[in-house]
Amino acid sequence: MDISTIVAGLLTLIIFSFLYKDNPFYKMAESLLIGVSIGYVLVITWSNTLMDMLFEPLFQSGKLILLIPFLLGLLMLGRFSNKTAALSRIPIAVMIGSGAGIAIPTMLYNRTIKQLTASVMPLFSPDGTFNFAGIVVIIGLLSTLAYFYFSREHKGKFGLFAKVGTYFLMIFFGTTFGYTVMSRMSTFIGRMEFLLSDFLKITQ
Amino acid sequence: MNRQIPLVVCFSFGLMMFLQYFSTHTVARSLNLAILDYWQIIFAFTLILGVVSYIKVNMTKISRGIDRPYLIVGLIGMISMPIMALIWGIKADSPFMWMFENVQAPMASTVFALLAFFVASASFRGFRARSTQASILLGAALIILLSRSNLPIPYAENLSEFADWIRNYPSMTARRAILIGIGLGSLTTSLRVLLGIERTWLGGEN
Repeated sequence: MDISTIVAGLLTLIIFSFLYKDNPFYKMAESLLIGVSIGYVLVITWSNTLMDMLFEPLFQSGKLILLIPFLLGLLMLGRFSNKTAALSRIPIAVMIGSGAGIAIPTMLYNRTIKQLTASVMPLFSPDGTFNFAGIVVIIGLLSTLAYFYFSREHKGKFGLFAKVGTYFLMIFFGTTFGYTVMSRMSTFIGRMEFLLSDFLKITQ
Repeated sequence: MNRQIPLVVCFSFGLMMFLQYFSTHTVARSLNLAILDYWQIIFAFTLILGVVSYIKVNMTKISRGIDRPYLIVGLIGMISMPIMALIWGIKADSPFMWMFENVQAPMASTVFALLAFFVASASFRGFRARSTQASILLGAALIILLSRSNLPIPYAENLSEFADWIRNYPSMTARRAILIGIGLGSLTTSLRVLLGIERTWLGGEN
């Protein structure tokens, strides 16, 4: 067995030891995971973003326009001192402002108009049969939106309609929960497969 | 001035990005791509800020003796990655990638796998069918779980079809309503930010 499998196997077992109870080995592995993850992201960001997108084009190719993001980045580091902390508001303003500017048309189109368009289905198919799913979608959409409409008290017929919306929401939460459990279980099966076959050599 | 200048910058960049969306001119397209690159570069500097803060906070805790061994392990893990990258590079067979593949990746996926147990135990507590809504939630989750498992259950094919129907129609329609809500909410929040009504992002008082 090679050293890679031994290290990965031991660390996997240590993380699983948390299922019994919290212990110093688990805490140690948890800290190591945090540290290594930060180190990994730092190196990849330095290499792929700062070197490839900023320093090399700016200092080697002479793309002076990149002085703008470089300066904005340096202003962000102003947060290290209370005296210069206010300077970091400028790069934050650039990010928040441009993000909000992009969000207005994209959110209106992708999240609102597209979703509304997709929800309007024909209630009768070309051969004249009634499309039950179409009515489910329309009632589901309107009742769920009614539930999220808080400008009117949820009473009477409107309250009843909003309650139907909660049933649709519960179906959505239930299916999402089901898929989440399935994905976590498949990850668990993958780890157990590694432990039993590659590390412990119990199964082939 | 500390608050006025960022508000003007925010509005200017917001207006510029809003207007460029409606143009297919090459200048507008390249401006959009340039701003997206700027985001990444500013984010990289923000990451440096976060890493330095992480080191400072941990050093303070270590000096006070709080969870000292664990914090030292975390710091060693964090510092060792850039050192390895500096010495041996970040190619596929480098020690840096070895650490990622045999330390970070197995631990991260095992932590995700652990969640399977906590989700299961949480569902035992939360999924008691005490109301109609809870029963519907429980029923939908069970149908999805049973339809995607290989258990020898009767009418497995019909159940799978029914699960697909639930996912494609009643579940999807609620998801769409949530997305429409998110869209409208983001739209109004963005407008409030651009017009300077929403100023919480400025933080502080000065």
